[in-house]
Amino acid sequence: MSTYTFSFDSSEAPEHDRLGGKCTSLVIMTSAGMPVPPGFAVTTAAFDAVMNQTTLRDHILKHLQNLDPNDVADVDNRAAHIRELIMTQEVPADVRDATTAAFRALMAYCGGEDTPVAVRSSATAEDLPDASFAGQQDTYLWVIGERDVLQKIRECWASLYTARAITYRMANNISDEGLSMAVAVQKMVNARTSGVAMTIDPTNGDRSKIVVDSSWGLGEMVVSGEVTPDNFVIDKIMLHVVNRIISDKHEELVPSGRGTVIRKEVDADRRYSPSLSDPELISVARLAKAAEKHYGNVQDIEWAIDADLPPENNVLLLQSRPETVWSQKKREMKVTSAGSGIEAITRSLMAQIGDRAKI
Amino acid sequence: MTAATQRKSFVSPYDLPAPQGAEGWQDLYPYNLVFQENLKDVENGKFWFCDSQHWPNVFKPFETIGVEFAVRCLGAYNTRHYLIPPANGIEFRIHNGFCYMSPVAVAPELIADRVPHFMERAGFYFENWDSLLENWKKKVLGTIEEMDAINFEALPEMVDIEVITSGAGIDPTAKMMADYDRLIQLAYKNWEHHFEFLNLGYVAYLDFFGFCKESFPGIPDLAIAKMVTGVDSVLFRPDDELKDLAVLAVKLNLIAVFDKGDDAATTLAELAESSDGVTWIAAWEAAKEPWFNYTSGNGFYGSDVYWRDNLNLPMGYVQDYIVRAAKGEELHRPKDALIIERDRIAGEYAEILSGEALDTFNGKLGLARTVYPYVEDHNFYIEHWTMGVFWRKVRQLSRLLHDYGFWANPDDMLYLTRDEVRPVLFDLATGWGVGADCIGPSYWPAEIERRKGIVDALKTARPEPAFNEPPTEINEPFTIMLWGITTEQVQQWLGAEDGDPNVLKGMAASAGIVEGKARVIMGPEELDQLEQGEILVAPVTAPSWGPVFGKISATVTDIGGMMSHAAIVCREYGLPAVTGTGKASTLIKTGMTLRVDGSNGTVEIIG
Repeated sequence: MSTYTFSFDSSEAPEHDRLGGKCTSLVIMTSAGMPVPPGFAVTTAAFDAVMNQTTLRDHILKHLQNLDPNDVADVDNRAAHIRELIMTQEVPADVRDATTAAFRALMAYCGGEDTPVAVRSSATAEDLPDASFAGQQDTYLWVIGERDVLQKIRECWASLYTARAITYRMANNISDEGLSMAVAVQKMVNARTSGVAMTIDPTNGDRSKIVVDSSWGLGEMVVSGEVTPDNFVIDKIMLHVVNRIISDKHEELVPSGRGTVIRKEVDADRRYSPSLSDPELISVARLAKAAEKHYGNVQDIEWAIDADLPPENNVLLLQSRPETVWSQKKREMKVTSAGSGIEAITRSLMAQIGDRAKI
Repeated sequence: MTAATQRKSFVSPYDLPAPQGAEGWQDLYPYNLVFQENLKDVENGKFWFCDSQHWPNVFKPFETIGVEFAVRCLGAYNTRHYLIPPANGIEFRIHNGFCYMSPVAVAPELIADRVPHFMERAGFYFENWDSLLENWKKKVLGTIEEMDAINFEALPEMVDIEVITSGAGIDPTAKMMADYDRLIQLAYKNWEHHFEFLNLGYVAYLDFFGFCKESFPGIPDLAIAKMVTGVDSVLFRPDDELKDLAVLAVKLNLIAVFDKGDDAATTLAELAESSDGVTWIAAWEAAKEPWFNYTSGNGFYGSDVYWRDNLNLPMGYVQDYIVRAAKGEELHRPKDALIIERDRIAGEYAEILSGEALDTFNGKLGLARTVYPYVEDHNFYIEHWTMGVFWRKVRQLSRLLHDYGFWANPDDMLYLTRDEVRPVLFDLATGWGVGADCIGPSYWPAEIERRKGIVDALKTARPEPAFNEPPTEINEPFTIMLWGITTEQVQQWLGAEDGDPNVLKGMAASAGIVEGKARVIMGPEELDQLEQGEILVAPVTAPSWGPVFGKISATVTDIGGMMSHAAIVCREYGLPAVTGTGKASTLIKTGMTLRVDGSNGTVEIIG
C-alpha cells in the first residue's frame, strides 16, 4: 500500500492522524474480526499532498480570517470559493495512481468493476472526545466507476469547507490549522438478506441468547417495521438455533443497478422461505457475539449478507451500538433453586412438584 | 397434522394381540411381570412406555432378572432409602416380550413429610461422597470376587473320602444348590449397590439442569450435559486399552502378524514366536484384568458376549485399530479438546452471571461435577464386570445341566425362569442321589422347544412405543432425562402416521450435521457390517460399542435421552447424535442417505 491509501484489512496499525475518525474505526473493527463492508482509505497524506503542492492551504486560512459566523451570506460565499479552489486543484499523479490501484483491487475482490461504492469523509477532527462531528462532511452512496469515484473523493475533500462544517468548527473552537481529511471508499452493501441482531433476548433479558431478525433485501424495511422479519433465537455459547419463526416477507428493497434502490414484491417461493440458511444464521450470531466482546457490552447490530462477495466473507456488519433497554434493566431472576448444597437441591426438587401437579 | 387425525391414546395392552405363534406367551414369565386380567381397569389407567433403551430385545424367561433387580433397586432408593420428595420408583411389566414402564408419583399430601428425611439422608451422601464411594468400590469388588469363586462342577461318582473321614456327612448337591442361590443373591446385592449413588447423581445433575434452565431460558440440554460430563470415565478405559495395544503393535513392527485377520488364538500363537510379540502379549495380558470384563451388549441379556470369554472380539477391534494407527490416524478421543470445550462453555455461561447467581452456578456445577462421574463409571462395575461374571456362571451351570441331558443346547437354561432352575437342581440331586434317571431330560427339551417357538414369534413384532393415554404433560425429570420421553415425543409417536415420513424428530443429543449412508444395526452381533463413515441407526446402542464409534459418522437411535449411552458416547467421540426418534430403525433402511442434525434433533431421509 502506498502512503496515500490504506486497506481496511491491512495489518498495519491504524493512526487517527492518517485515517481520520471513520476510517480508523473501520480498520479497528475489521482487525477485531468484525467484517465491515470491504474498502480502503484515501489517507490524509493524499489530502495534504493536494493542499501542499501550492500555497492553497495558506490561502484558505487567510480567506477564513475574521469570519463572522452570524453573517450567513458571507460564510456561504467564502465556503463556496474555497470548495471551488479545491475542486479545480490538480491532483498529483502519484496520489491519483495510488487511489486508482486501490480501487481496482477492491473491484477485483467484489467481483465486478461496476460494483457500487460509498465514498465517505473521514476527517481528523471527527470523533474527538467532545465533538462527534457526525454528518458534518459529505457521504456519497452508490458511486459507480473509477472516474466518478475520483470525482467524489475530491468532493469529500471540498466538503471539509461547507458553511455548516466551518461554523461547526468555530462553535466548537476547533482550529482550521493542520486540518486534514481522509476518505473512505467502501463497497455498497448489495444485501441479498439483511436485518438486525441483539446479543440479549429482549423478551426476558436472557444474556445467553442472540436474537436475529432477518428479511430479504436491504435492511431498512426490517428497521422500519414494514415487513415482518423471520425471527431466530440462538444460544450465544453453543451457537445452536433454539427457536425459529419463519414469517411472510412480502416486500424487499433492492439496488436498481443505477445508483438507486427500488421496492419490490418478493416472489412466492421466497416469501415463506427462511431468509437465512443455518450456516449464515450462525455467522450472523458469531458476528453479533464478536461485536459484544469487542465493545464489552450488550450490542444491537445491523448486518447484511452481501450478494457480490465470496460466501466465506459475505456476512457484513453495518452498525453496532450498545443495547440500552434490557441490558440496563436489573434482571428479576427466579431464585427457586438459588444457593448450593442439600437445601437448594431440595428447594429445586420441591419446585418441580408444582409442575408435577399438572400431570 | 390436524386435530382430527391426531390419536389421543395408545393401544391398551389388553387389546394388543400376541404375534402369530406367540399365543400364551404370558406363561413364560413370572405372574407379577405381566398384566393381569383382573387388574385391567387399574393398569389401563396408567401410561406405560416401552423401555427399549435397556431391553431392546424379547426377554428369554431367565433374563427377566435384569429388569426385576435393576428397576426394583432403582425404586427402592427413591422410595425407601432417600425418600426423594416427588418421586417413587417405576412400575414395570413385560408385554409381548418387551419391557414397559410407568413412573410412580408420590401423593401430593405425602411429599412434605419426606423433605426432612431426604435432606438428612441424601445430604449425608452428598457431604461424604468421596469416602462413601471408596467404600462402595470395596463392596462391589468384594461381591464380584465372591461370585467369581463360585463353580458349578459335575457331581462325583462317590462323595470324597473327606466327607466320610471328617464326619461332615453332607454331599456336594447341597453346595450346588446353595451356590445357585448365592449367585442370584450376589447379583441382587450389586444391583442394590448400582443405585446407591446413581439416583443422587441424577438429582444433583437435575438441580444444576434446573438452575441453568431458569437462568438461561432455552439453553440447549446439550450445553448443560457438556458442562458436566467427565472426560475420563472408566467406561471408556477398555476401548482405550485396545487403542494402546494397537499403537504398541505398530511401534513394535508387528503389523504383519495382525494383518491376516486371524482369530485371537492363531494371532497370539504367532506373536509368541518373537520377543517383540512376547512383549506385546504381556501388555495384552495386563489389559485383560479387569478391562476385558466388557460386553458388546449391555449386560442385560444372557446372550451378551464378554471380551474375556471371546478374545476374538477385542482382537478384531485391535486389528481394525492397527490398520488405522498404521495410516498415522490419531485413535484416542480428543480428550484435551473436550476439556477445553467443556471449560469454554461453562466459562462463557458463568461470565453472564454475577453475584449470588454466579455463586449458585459455580456451587451447583461443582457438585454436579463431583457426583456425575459415577453416572458413567458405575456402568463398568455393574453391567460389565458384575454381569459378565454372573452370566459366565449361569452359562457354566446351563452347560453342566446340558451335559446331564436336561436340554439340547448348552445355553437352553435361559428358557427357564430363575425360579424354575431350583427344582431342576433338586431333580439332578435326586437322580444322582438315588442312582436313577433324572426327570428333567424327558421333560425340558420339548418344553424348551415350545418356549423357543413363542420367543421367536415374539421377535417378529417390534414393540408399540407406549400403552394407554399419556398425561397431557410429561415433566417427571428422570423420565425425560433417561428415556427422552417428553410431551412432544409422545405426541409425535401418536401422530407419526400423519407426519412427513422423511423427517424424524428426536433429541438433539450431540451436536453437528452429517450426511451419509445409513446402516441399520439391530444388535451387537451385526456390528461387523458397519463400514467407514456410515451412519449407525439402531433401536439403542451400548457404551461397549465404543470401538465402532471410531468408524461411524453419526448415530440415530429409537429411544434414549440426553444421558442415554449413545448420547454420552457420541459427545465423547465428537459425533452428531439424534436419540429418541421413536421409529428410526423401522423407517430407515440400510443404504438410504440421511442428513443427521444433532444440533436440532432431526433426521432427514434425503435419498
